Amino acid sequence: MASVLRFRKLCYVESAVKCTSVGYESFEIDEKLDEKEEDVLSANNFALEINKKRKQPKRQPKEWRCLDSCCWIIGYLCTTWWLLLFCYHCLPVTLLRVPELPGPGVRLKREGLTALHPVVLVPGIVTGGLELWEGRPCADGLFRKRLWGGGSFTQIFKRPLCLLEHLSLHYETGLDPQGIRVRAVPGLVGADYFAPGYFVWAVLIENLAKIGYEGKNLHMAAYDWRLSFQNTEIRDHALTRLKSKIELMYISNGYKKVVAVPHSMGVIYFLHFLKWVETPPPMGGGGGPGWCAKHIKAVMNIGPAFLGVPKAVSNLFSAEGKDVSYIRAMAPGVFDSEIFGLQTFERVMRMARTWDSIVSLLPKGGEVIWGNMDRSPEEGHVCDFSKKSHSKTSLTTNNVNNSDVNRGFLVKDLANYGRIISFGKPASVLHSSKLPTADSKEFSRTSTSENFNNFSCGEAWTEYDEMSRQSIQNVAADKAYTTTTLLDLLRFVAPKMMRRAEAHFSHGIAENLDDPKYNHYKYWSNPLETKLSDAPDMEIYCMYGVGIPTERSYVYKLSPNSRCKSIPYQIDNSVHGEDGSCLKGGVYFADGDESVPVLSAGFMCAKGWRGRTRFNPSGIATYIREYRHKPPTSLMEGRGIESGSHVDIMGNFALIEDIMRVAAGATGDEIGGDQIHSDIIKMSERINLGL
Amino acid sequence: MSLDNETGLDPPGIRVRPVSGLVAADYFAAGYFVWAVLIANLAQIGYEEKTMYMAAYDWRLSFQNTEVRDQTLSRIKSNIELMVATNGGKKVVVIPHSMGVLYFLHFMKWVEAPPPMGGGGGSEWCAKHIKAVMNIGGPFLGVPKSVSGLFSVEARDIAIARTFAPGFLDKDVFGLQTFQHLMRMTRTWDSTMSMIPKGGETIWGGLDWSPEGLSFNCGAKTLRNNSINNTDQIPNINLANMKNVNYGRIISFGKDVAEAHSSKIERVDLLHGVYMIIVDQQDSMKADMLANLTNCDIWIEYHDIGDHRIKAVADYKVYTAGSILDLLHFVSPKLMARGGAHFSYGIADNLDDPKYQHYKYWSNPLEMKLPDAPDMEIYSMYGVGIPTERAYVYKVTTATDCSIPFQIDTSAEGGSEDSCLKGGVFSADGDETVPVLSAGLMAAKGWRGKTRFNPSGIPTYIREYSHAPPANLLEGRGTQSGAHVDIMGNFALIEDVIRVAAGATGKELGGDHVYSDIFKWAERINLQL
Repeated sequence: MASVLRFRKLCYVESAVKCTSVGYESFEIDEKLDEKEEDVLSANNFALEINKKRKQPKRQPKEWRCLDSCCWIIGYLCTTWWLLLFCYHCLPVTLLRVPELPGPGVRLKREGLTALHPVVLVPGIVTGGLELWEGRPCADGLFRKRLWGGGSFTQIFKRPLCLLEHLSLHYETGLDPQGIRVRAVPGLVGADYFAPGYFVWAVLIENLAKIGYEGKNLHMAAYDWRLSFQNTEIRDHALTRLKSKIELMYISNGYKKVVAVPHSMGVIYFLHFLKWVETPPPMGGGGGPGWCAKHIKAVMNIGPAFLGVPKAVSNLFSAEGKDVSYIRAMAPGVFDSEIFGLQTFERVMRMARTWDSIVSLLPKGGEVIWGNMDRSPEEGHVCDFSKKSHSKTSLTTNNVNNSDVNRGFLVKDLANYGRIISFGKPASVLHSSKLPTADSKEFSRTSTSENFNNFSCGEAWTEYDEMSRQSIQNVAADKAYTTTTLLDLLRFVAPKMMRRAEAHFSHGIAENLDDPKYNHYKYWSNPLETKLSDAPDMEIYCMYGVGIPTERSYVYKLSPNSRCKSIPYQIDNSVHGEDGSCLKGGVYFADGDESVPVLSAGFMCAKGWRGRTRFNPSGIATYIREYRHKPPTSLMEGRGIESGSHVDIMGNFALIEDIMRVAAGATGDEIGGDQIHSDIIKMSERINLGL
Repeated sequence: MSLDNETGLDPPGIRVRPVSGLVAADYFAAGYFVWAVLIANLAQIGYEEKTMYMAAYDWRLSFQNTEVRDQTLSRIKSNIELMVATNGGKKVVVIPHSMGVLYFLHFMKWVEAPPPMGGGGGSEWCAKHIKAVMNIGGPFLGVPKSVSGLFSVEARDIAIARTFAPGFLDKDVFGLQTFQHLMRMTRTWDSTMSMIPKGGETIWGGLDWSPEGLSFNCGAKTLRNNSINNTDQIPNINLANMKNVNYGRIISFGKDVAEAHSSKIERVDLLHGVYMIIVDQQDSMKADMLANLTNCDIWIEYHDIGDHRIKAVADYKVYTAGSILDLLHFVSPKLMARGGAHFSYGIADNLDDPKYQHYKYWSNPLEMKLPDAPDMEIYSMYGVGIPTERAYVYKVTTATDCSIPFQIDTSAEGGSEDSCLKGGVFSADGDETVPVLSAGLMAAKGWRGKTRFNPSGIPTYIREYSHAPPANLLEGRGTQSGAHVDIMGNFALIEDVIRVAAGATGKELGGDHVYSDIFKWAERINLQL
């Protein structure tokens, strides 16, 4: 034993000198072990080292092996990485700051702007964070952790199905399922970032802080965006809390009125709030008729979805859109099919259909607003994806029969935006008289014989499984749907969901706003079925991006698979228009901010509420502020300081400046009144809405 | 993190604000729970965002300044009203912790006071909105630790800030001059001054007596663990070995001074020292200021004091809770002038005196009346069984130039294992930060029954939790811990909180639950009720 120890000592000295031979030694170990078995019993490693010591001097010149190189490379990499990391932590903070573009906040502060009016931010759909309060065993350890938004989607990757289950609501009631409570994350952290580095409100908050905003005069009205608006009050008292918060900020900031800044769906949520707060309890907040006039200075709607978004249709109908779905547009990569396995879309669809709020985004106003089979307000819009100039051939040839043959023939598809869903390209371009009429009476459930097979269709249950093949085909046979018939279609394919959601939302146009039925809360979020409150000093801004092709209508096809496997309809990706056509990959595009078409965002400000109308009896001033989209010019700019797209616009410096000026006391006229790039005024003129 | 030295508000160009909502305080640092365990347990019986509210405030400011700057008190008021309204008129249960206890005391007075100084809720507000106040580890009468914190930024564990955030304020973060930097920072925080011992010698003991007497066995800590749950035997073990500790002398210079009888101590009158200073202040000030400019980039008030003054401080030899205020006024007049506008540390002779309407008295339980709310309940919940700093032995340091001239004399050790003097600090029973005396006296005596401090006879309950360190690593920071912050994870305490939140009264919980000798001490204190 003593000798062994002595050898060991020697060996350490040796190895210090010849450290290059490490790789080789390990290779030699096995055969040496065989030779000297009696040594092994003392201790294995001792024996190894003895052998090394004995054999090494003889085998000095060795060939350089691949294995060695690998080990060395790995070693170098690790060392370098560690060194860099070490240096990074040693460096003073000031050196590491990425040179940021100075936001408008700094400049405006120099101009002397200071915080005057308290600001309330109202986040939109999907961007708000959600956290777990009570859940199933599969979500153990996630108590009060973000399930959704706020920078981390790691949990979704770790246990996707569990998360989908928790994010779903009860299919019948639209409220919490038994034993699961998921709640909105309160406070400014609730929606400042959606994913790491993907800001939502952060830039605006940062700039507002520069002129003196902080917790006491800046509030994020976080709410559970999955619920219908009235349910946020019933379950969470979210509206009451918002009311009390606004009253408090109004009083504690020296009786200065509040500037509300809602975004996307938050716009119609806030509209709902404005009606709710003046309505007497128990349905409303009991603030009395003067509440808005007393507490609100301006509502600055960013990317407002006043009249709905066509994307919501494709999302509900088939859980896809140009970019698979609205959700996926907001969270790229999250819902890739690898995560959820084969039945991704069904699962996502099932989840999305439990969310009442998506129904609030269905197009409102029917054919009057969105156009019928043969006309639409956007008529004549030129889509220019490729930035080439085209000869404007306003030729509407019947290209159905020869479209296959004459692909190269110069034909411009005149987009019939009014047909929000058409089955097959022909149905989307044919004149309406040549189409079979869409008669909602045909929507009757023909067969129940296959219903017992539902359970064999996998866990991802959607209401499509309850439909027979026959009725699925009937739907497709109807060929084209407008916004009005679309609702019938949805009621047909998803009756339970629509029954649930239509108790909370309405999508029509009011004939007579004084009808007492319009006191019901389901009309409050539809600008075409509510009167604005009596607050002549209030201002309403419609601020949105333009210049990005935005989904407006879809060409569908029956999916070829058997009905168990998938959703029976899908967007026909093979359908493309000619160059310069607005049809691409089965989707007709119109002008907008990538999610909300200009029509939906701007119409109310341009016409519906402009001046004294029946929707705006007290003549609240409206202003349209459009921001032309410019993609970021360099990498330094990140997501662009002049972006016009739906979420990135929150980092648009021009928009931020407008908000800050208003918050600091300016009026709409002082910031320049209307600022219009699109054809919104022309479009509005075409819409025949009784004011 | 520092505030302005003159105003106690934001320095120009810097705005640091409290994080709002429940996220604010549930994890102080990663893995270091403060409220998380309690919140998780409340959530299990159905609490959520709409029924739970974290009243986040900027703990660096004085209490009234949180209202002046951030309208925090208004916000708490509005939130409580909102919760009562949306939850069917059910009154709220308030759970303040540590300094939050004083803050909420201040709030209760504020909310009923008429504007502009108060919230204008009217005299019925507390009765209408509050079911119970469950104070956890409340330093009602202050903490001796804050004295050493203000006096020399050290305590057994360097500073109050450091006890709350271990490892956070270690030396390497700030470089060499840590202590001075730290001191300058903590001194800009008005709130630390809310924790200076209140009630003077009446409460904390004079030169030769203290309410605790010889009751706490400081050696006991080593004997205790989870396996010994029989707490009764402990106070009696080594009673014979114990010496009478003069807890009343909160700061003494030199160990012999700390232990000698008062008649044997020669004191040079502080006032005399002051006169001396005034005479040659001009010269020494100039010289010192010059030195400051050249040598020390960090400015603290000690540099304004000449060597004479420092000597005068040390010559006075012994300070009780009463004279400690003079001491602090003496060594850092600006700080105390600022703090004196927001806090008061005395005992009221006549509570009806109109001067007690001022907000600076609202956070001192000895100078305020509780609101008129006979149905409300007040709980004092705190840990016991951990040696807690109670008094200090100081020495004057030799290196004078840029350093703090006083230091705890860590060489001063008690004679035996069980002595309460360790490393220059006398320990008494408590939860490691707040002595039992401070946490329990108001509930045990000051507010018990109908007293002048509690005119409507609000019932008070004492719930003590005997400290037992975690039995094994799996328990983490312990489910029976009594330490100041760790007690928030104490299962017995959480159960009590949940039961009260679910509707139980103090009687149904089992009334008082006492391990320490708080009632005995309370008798010794000669407080007029």
